Amino acid sequence: MSQRHEPVIYPETRFYWDGAKLGKLMLQRCAPCDAPYFPPRPFCPNCGSRDVSAFQATGRGTLHSYVINQLPAPGYEPPFTVAVVALEEGPRMMSNIVDCPPDPAALQLDMPLEVTFEQRGETTVPQFRPATGSAA
Amino acid sequence: MKSKSRKAHIVGVGESIYTKWGGIQDKTQFQLTAETIATALTDAGIAVAEADGLTSFSNDANDAPLMAVTLGLKQLRYSAMVWGGGGGGSAGSVAQACAAVESGQAEVVVAYRGLCQGQGRRFGRFGAGRIHGNFVHPYGLFAPAQMLALLVQRYFHETGGDPDSLVEIALNGRANANRNPRAVMRDRELTREQYFASRWIAEPLRLFDCCLETDGAAAVVVTTAERAADLDADSVEVAAAVHGSGPGWGSGPLGSHNMPDEDYATSNSKLLAQDLFNRADMTPSDINVAQFYDHFSGLVLMALEDYGFCGRGEAPDFVKSGAIRADGSLPINTSGGQLSEAYVHGMNLVIEGVRQLRGVSTTQIADAQTCLVTGGLGVSPTSALILTR
Repeated sequence: MSQRHEPVIYPETRFYWDGAKLGKLMLQRCAPCDAPYFPPRPFCPNCGSRDVSAFQATGRGTLHSYVINQLPAPGYEPPFTVAVVALEEGPRMMSNIVDCPPDPAALQLDMPLEVTFEQRGETTVPQFRPATGSAA
Repeated sequence: MKSKSRKAHIVGVGESIYTKWGGIQDKTQFQLTAETIATALTDAGIAVAEADGLTSFSNDANDAPLMAVTLGLKQLRYSAMVWGGGGGGSAGSVAQACAAVESGQAEVVVAYRGLCQGQGRRFGRFGAGRIHGNFVHPYGLFAPAQMLALLVQRYFHETGGDPDSLVEIALNGRANANRNPRAVMRDRELTREQYFASRWIAEPLRLFDCCLETDGAAAVVVTTAERAADLDADSVEVAAAVHGSGPGWGSGPLGSHNMPDEDYATSNSKLLAQDLFNRADMTPSDINVAQFYDHFSGLVLMALEDYGFCGRGEAPDFVKSGAIRADGSLPINTSGGQLSEAYVHGMNLVIEGVRQLRGVSTTQIADAQTCLVTGGLGVSPTSALILTR
């Protein structure tokens, strides 16, 4: 089976992947709006300001939506769960749901999740699992 | 205020044969598209060389400058393509053609789409190169059905609507296609039992909730009211045509899903629909028949609400009531749509809209005076137009 995709890292997104290597889920916040956002880029998606800074998220979120993927994907064994996670800070991000069967009975929308990290080649990829209360 | 004499009209339509994926092998996609553009101009009664504008959308591979050479156009005055990769620009390409003729930049503009999936890369397949894609594809998410199923899943959670209502959209499309000799699924009936027995593509979307993948080409010719009056062709006025997006949708379903909370489980059409109806000086109750971009049935459900045909969460009951059937209050996708006629990225839906107003649809709605046609739903940009006569 081929390897799972590793992200391409750009100058604008390096802080995010560097943070993940250290076990930190990173977000950015716009100073004028005082609002966090995702995915990483150096402009606030709300007001266009470049007065933005990175910070560590709590790693807590909820299951906003999910799909049980039946298609082949490099490095994955279908079926597996692809989810939209609503982070505690507000922004949403994609993830897999690990430590949880890909079964609608186990995947209740709005259930609490926490971040965990998957080592993938040179990269560390944030993932989410049902909350155990042990997240950073 | 634009001069009424330059108001945009569709004066010709052209379609190739439609086949299942890989069915067209005796000519290239480019040639098929060129022939279809010529067919549309012939339908309009305009010499092919007289066209002076070409528009398309979604990274169309059928290059307009080369098309102008192939067709022998005497002068190209306008060529443009709507951004976005999800079929969202189908009605938008017509909107561009309208803008070109109404502003006087061109006289005869053809909006077109040609797609022979057996000859090239599968449409919708993952491609590298988008920075934001690096926060999506590492999670094994590559295909539009899965990306958009996430919205549908959330929609049913938020509204408490019945996911089984999606069957009504699939059955409606197939019943209409069974009357349409051009439809790829003309001879294939679909029963409720077959629908529910079909496999999950991306729950809550089953096989029959997902559009066909086909070969074919479609084109429409846009010119001014003044020019249309000089032609023998049965012309249809474009009351309004728009393309655009709500905020955040550029990082929407094909990205990290960061559209606004209140706009999450929608078709990204609420602001667009307001603009469309305002520009046409109409309301949803003025629409006699509609062609919704049915790549996935669940997005049609949301669009019925976003365009104002029913309230939030009411679309499941609306479709179960039979309202979208040929004898209902809002017949939709009367050619069979992309679920059952063909998947030409919505250009076939524009053509069906013209047929309804010309009175020649195989599922003709009596006295149809207005038809709404949407572009790809739940993507950015999306688009729509209203035809009238």
